[in-house]
Amino acid sequence: MSADDRRRKAERIRHLLDTEGDAVHENTQVFNEGRYESTENLDDYDELKDEARAIKEDAIERLPDLVDRVTEAVEANGGTVYLADDAADANRYLAEVVDGRDVVKSKSMTTEELDVNESLEGSGADVWETDLAEFVLQVADEAPSHIVAPAIHKSREEIATLFNEVFEPEEPLETAEELTRFAREYLGEKIRDAEVGMTGANFVTAETGTLALVTSEGNARKCVQATDTHVAVAGVEKVVPSVEDLQPFVELIGRSGTGQDVTSYVSLFTPPVDSPTFGEDDLEPGDDREFHLVLVDNGRMAMREDDQLRETLYCIRCSACANSCANFQHVGGHAFGGETYSGGIATGWEAGVHGQDSAAEFNDLCTGCSRCVNQCPVNIDIPWINTVVRDRINRGKDGDLDFLVEGLTPDDEPGGVDPQKRLFGNFDTLAKLGSTFAPLSNWVARTDTARALMERTLGVDSRRELPEFERESLVEWFESRGPRVSREAARRQVALYPDAYTNYVRTERGKAAVRVLEALNVRVDVPAAGESGRAPLSQGMVATARSNAEAVYDALAPAVAADHDVVVVEPSDLAMFHREYERLLPEDSYAALKDRSYELMEYVYGLLENGAGVDALPDGDDERVAYHSHCQQRTLDLEPYTVAVLEDCGFDVTTSDVECCGMAGSFGYKSEYYELSVDVGETLAEQFTTEDTADRTVVASGTSCLEQLDALLTRRPAHPVRLLDRE
Amino acid sequence: MSAEPIATFASSLEDLGVDLVRTAADEFASTVAPLLDAPAVGTPLPFESATLPDSVETDPTVAELEAAATGVTAAGYGIADYGSVVVQGGADGAEPVSLYADEHVAVVAASDVLPDMDAAFDRLAEDVRSGTRQSIVATGPSATADMGSLVEGAHGPMDVTVVLLEDR
Ligand code: SF4
Repeated sequence: MSADDRRRKAERIRHLLDTEGDAVHENTQVFNEGRYESTENLDDYDELKDEARAIKEDAIERLPDLVDRVTEAVEANGGTVYLADDAADANRYLAEVVDGRDVVKSKSMTTEELDVNESLEGSGADVWETDLAEFVLQVADEAPSHIVAPAIHKSREEIATLFNEVFEPEEPLETAEELTRFAREYLGEKIRDAEVGMTGANFVTAETGTLALVTSEGNARKCVQATDTHVAVAGVEKVVPSVEDLQPFVELIGRSGTGQDVTSYVSLFTPPVDSPTFGEDDLEPGDDREFHLVLVDNGRMAMREDDQLRETLYCIRCSACANSCANFQHVGGHAFGGETYSGGIATGWEAGVHGQDSAAEFNDLCTGCSRCVNQCPVNIDIPWINTVVRDRINRGKDGDLDFLVEGLTPDDEPGGVDPQKRLFGNFDTLAKLGSTFAPLSNWVARTDTARALMERTLGVDSRRELPEFERESLVEWFESRGPRVSREAARRQVALYPDAYTNYVRTERGKAAVRVLEALNVRVDVPAAGESGRAPLSQGMVATARSNAEAVYDALAPAVAADHDVVVVEPSDLAMFHREYERLLPEDSYAALKDRSYELMEYVYGLLENGAGVDALPDGDDERVAYHSHCQQRTLDLEPYTVAVLEDCGFDVTTSDVECCGMAGSFGYKSEYYELSVDVGETLAEQFTTEDTADRTVVASGTSCLEQLDALLTRRPAHPVRLLDRE
Repeated sequence: MSAEPIATFASSLEDLGVDLVRTAADEFASTVAPLLDAPAVGTPLPFESATLPDSVETDPTVAELEAAATGVTAAGYGIADYGSVVVQGGADGAEPVSLYADEHVAVVAASDVLPDMDAAFDRLAEDVRSGTRQSIVATGPSATADMGSLVEGAHGPMDVTVVLLEDR
């Protein structure tokens, strides 16, 4: 990306933060909290997710067969099925069916993907969106910014202004009730007059040709009942075997999306349906209603063949991955989205249906924080899809070798990777050099000239403080110091993993970790293992990440083989060991390292639970502490251990509840994203500057979180292990 | 049918803000009459001795349908865990009647209250296989938050009342 492109991107994000950010934040927050609450009350939440996942895996596996079966079923019911190859094909068929008649539509992202409205209007039809949010967007001539609540970026005031301008009602509209009533009546007439009702389908059952429509408004039902031609447009991936299979989805989709246990209506239509339709004055028999099911391929069958993108087809478009995403919550789908889809999974959809370029526009907004992973009702590894597509985008570019970065980057990537990405992806090399030449390297890097150059050539925002490298790395410190607990006296033996930040930048937390473990009678070693692969992975440099992972495994394997435990300070690196290494290492190696590795405070908790005395650690003496856990740490459910250990030691702890600090590794350094990063971070900073928290000692587990908090608070934050260190 | 699903059904409905009225079939007309704000439309009920009061229009015109304050239909079954009723409309017009009036009154037999979604989907699948073309799992009133805050009555009823026939 050129400096100009970066500036333009930053400007666009700034504009959206100003104009849409508040409404999006407020509304996604409601959905996000609603989901946590509603899923917590669901006893068999995890089982339902596994069931839903299994149904989708099986259905996509058997898709061609299921498509044949649904075709037979629909035809036996008296309808027709059209399998559309792409948007043009679908639109041609739809224009033929509609034949210039008036159409009322219920919400369908798939018709957005195909630009159906434009195409039908071009062929002379009147098309009305009857979902109230879609109607607002139709009137405003805007694109959806959220896959479930498409007008989420608009406040009530903006909608009122829009309606009053466009419709000039006698009494200006103001309240949500007035706006809803007005739209309902306006659209009521359109519904009564229309001849074609067009719906989407959340699910289609192969065995019986049944459509399941999940809605809160009654508009989809009305679109079907009030017209004599029903057209349903659905992606081909919506087909599941039978009606019984719908149950887990119905229990999950509303909870996962808007946080409702179930939406107002789950309509099971096995069309053509025979509800009476509207005649001039009387209701007329609906028994000769026409029905057309248009199943859309548009890239999906190719996604099915693609080992990395296939998972995307399991997506039920619930929006949990958008609502649980800190970046999405702040900037919304007009930035965090492609031509049609928005949020975390949009990368997969856009890459599959519109092509990589559409995904490239926004793919970097996924920072891999992984907060969405446990929220997805079909267990899709959304960050992984983002990483893979990023890797493909990197590789798709022409090799434009940048000599400066090339020299610094002994990676396994082709020449075309953006220099900024290579810089951050090779953080280990950079840190090693920085440490070797410290403090000179720190002084040089701080000069205005260097910062300006870095901003111009690499997009490193000059408003961010750069990490300061320590002359003596943690590994070097430990080598000269040696272990302090004898093998014989040791309760356990541990290899402390020196992640790149702990090794070269924040060595103090590594030293504290060594001393705290030793205080609990653990014999510690700090093997010279390199960067985990997190840095290159976050830039989409999968090959480099894999070779880093292999090197780390080689360095830690002796400890693992000797039955020692591996303790990790940086949560994002532990998350590599526990999640991503599954895709980067042979199965055995992955499993061995995963079983043996622990987050530092989790490990301390385990020691205390297994007989180590808490008196060996300092007494917190009711010191008031505000703790921000790390996004990936929370995904692994490891936040409670830090809290428990600190409380055990007598600290008074309160915690943040944001999804992510906004820094996310390199993200907050990038000039195009700096302002978004700060906007996200400020939500966290606000939580730590309330009446109750403003005087608390701030601790955070992740390096990024510490940097972000350091930049946004006047107090200097530290890793929690520092509170347990007597030095 | 054990009492348990009924108790769960009642508390789910309460959480949703849906009124639950219990009655015996032969007292049905007198129990529901005061619930039916005029003008009321309805579809004939399939329950023996539970018949709609005469004031209910069962063959409404389009205009009557749109002007209706109340729409009464039977519900094929209820789902206790969620407080849902399953409206199985067809040629009888249950779909428009349950959709256009300001308030939907759904009449369900106590023996048709199923415990959970699992049971409901087994029934739904069976019904589809034996020819039921349309089943709406309806939970509470229609609603939207699209206009800036939650509003009930979005292309559908803004109130729902469930009448439980205790001896059916
Ligand atoms: S990827 Fe998962 S969480 Fe995201 S919209 Fe799809 S189903 Fe929902």
